[in-house]
Amino acid sequence: MSLKNTLHNLKEKYKGKKMAPAFNALHTFLYMPNETTHSGSHVRAADDLKRTMNTVIMALIPVLFFGIFNTGYQHFAAIDAANNVAREFSLWGNFLTWDNFWLGAVQVVPIVIVSYGVGLAIEFLFAVIKGHEVEEGYLVTGMLVPLIVPVDTPLWMLAIAVAFGVVIGKEVFGGTGMNILNPALTIRAFLFFAYPTWMSGDKVWVHDAVNLAGTPDAISGETVLGYLAQNKDFSYSVSDMFFGFIPGSIGETSTLLILLGGLFLVFSKIASWRIMVSAVAGALVMAYIFNFAVDQEWISETSKFYGLMSLDGWKHLIVGGLAFGIVYMATDPVTGAQTNRGKWIYGFLIGFISIMIRAFNPAYPEGVFLAILLMNVFAPTIDHYVVRGNVKRRLKRLKNATIHPKSTDGKAEELKAETV
Amino acid sequence: MGLLTKKDASLILDPLADNNPITIQVLGICSALAITAELKASIVMAISVVFVLGVGNVVISLMRNIIPSKIRIIVQLVVVATLVIIVDQVLKAFAYELSKTLAVFVGLIITNCIIMGRFEAFALGNGPWKSFLDGIGNALGYGLILIIVGFFRELLGSGTLLGFKVLGDPVEKTGLYATGYENNGFMIIPPAALIVVGIIIWVQRSRNKALIEDN
Repeated sequence: MSLKNTLHNLKEKYKGKKMAPAFNALHTFLYMPNETTHSGSHVRAADDLKRTMNTVIMALIPVLFFGIFNTGYQHFAAIDAANNVAREFSLWGNFLTWDNFWLGAVQVVPIVIVSYGVGLAIEFLFAVIKGHEVEEGYLVTGMLVPLIVPVDTPLWMLAIAVAFGVVIGKEVFGGTGMNILNPALTIRAFLFFAYPTWMSGDKVWVHDAVNLAGTPDAISGETVLGYLAQNKDFSYSVSDMFFGFIPGSIGETSTLLILLGGLFLVFSKIASWRIMVSAVAGALVMAYIFNFAVDQEWISETSKFYGLMSLDGWKHLIVGGLAFGIVYMATDPVTGAQTNRGKWIYGFLIGFISIMIRAFNPAYPEGVFLAILLMNVFAPTIDHYVVRGNVKRRLKRLKNATIHPKSTDGKAEELKAETV
Repeated sequence: MGLLTKKDASLILDPLADNNPITIQVLGICSALAITAELKASIVMAISVVFVLGVGNVVISLMRNIIPSKIRIIVQLVVVATLVIIVDQVLKAFAYELSKTLAVFVGLIITNCIIMGRFEAFALGNGPWKSFLDGIGNALGYGLILIIVGFFRELLGSGTLLGFKVLGDPVEKTGLYATGYENNGFMIIPPAALIVVGIIIWVQRSRNKALIEDN
């Protein structure tokens, strides 16, 4: 008997038992269930929740691999920089080296394992307690979490944060699809407020910078935004920032790969292009307002806001976590706005507020996660007013419409009058 | 309970669990958020409220037949204000450091909805003995939650209990800190109290299904 049949038979055995949801989750993850629906009308479609989640994960895999590579690359680059060794580019010498990948994998893979292990354990636990099916929501969250934390985050902190995020951020609201806040960002926010020394500053963004601090081998782990917040110069070129060869959270650095992932999600119709476009527009508007303020010399060079405000508006898009947040976080269909017009407003405000937080909070110059969480809270309100506005407009149209008496009119005009 | 009849006992015991002012009636949340970062402040706040509500309920109950109902709120406020000033002065005299921690929140006991709520709902319609028991019961229910929240917030947020370093020294890395443990800064900030109270409500309701409202 094949594994598939064994599982089908086992399912019958487990039916009605307490562990059934946990078993069914594994079963349907591996194979299509062998049961068919019997009553009611159904839409047959291939894109169920699992397929949707897997598509997002596919879009995240390149980012993850780049994150693994970049972890190693930044570590060795920072060591060279600290020792004043000029770094000549050499493809096999210091770029695509086994060391880079190996160091990255040793650091990143445990984070992925902890994220999935803790999160899925809680999901299974709650499914068994509540007696409902295990929901697939955590598949994406579990992949997002490792990508938005600094590489040296202690694993026990991550485990606590994941437990908090999944229970308080999602399960208390009723599980996948009912949560108000994006669970991955809830985890990020918890880590940030609970353990700020591990989530900000100039050490945590490059592997080992924390351990080596204060020793003769000390290396820098400052991000581009960190330099800007202190009005300092940095040595990264625009192409470094675009391709992602800069320090930062594990998966946030490569704008190119995030852009490709975003296009993939838009063309597979998983993520909303409206949110992405409007968020980019919002970020640019805010950034150019700041640029304008600097051009008008309202902001002096000694001001602590000068560094971030004077950064060319479009460069904001390729540093920090803005691109990652817009593509993978803001577009979460559960926590974002649902109406098309609402998506424009929601996305625009995310971009707008992100850049505002960047400039006005130099102590921690990355506000994307806060902006998205804030707009998550407001998304239902935005939708409410969009729907009310729509109702009002249609009522007005109905009032002004002339409805012709049926007997004298042709079929076509009758239809027209009905579909005001 | 030789001293108390069954009904009297329930006046004290009900607010401790199934009719708790904070977790069931959701009153007095403001001070529960503000002062529970330390266990000591929570305990002092709990004692203060027990005093104010216990005495206040008796006073209002004794005056209940002579208070004109049109100005009863003003009379109630005068009574609470008097008691709160007593508490405030005692704290300033005997526990000055602590009174600085509690700061404005001692004064704000006046506006604690639990106190006005019990005056209105109970003391105005019942005799002094019952009012006293009701006041003590509700204040203890409030204090109990404050102390639970304060316990967890101080333990997890600062690693201390009543100021004692129970988890070791975070600077010298002794005790639990030697293993790499760190204090959870989130527990220090007021929103954490909201989440801890939320978890208490969750646990309470999942133990007693009768508390869950119909939608």
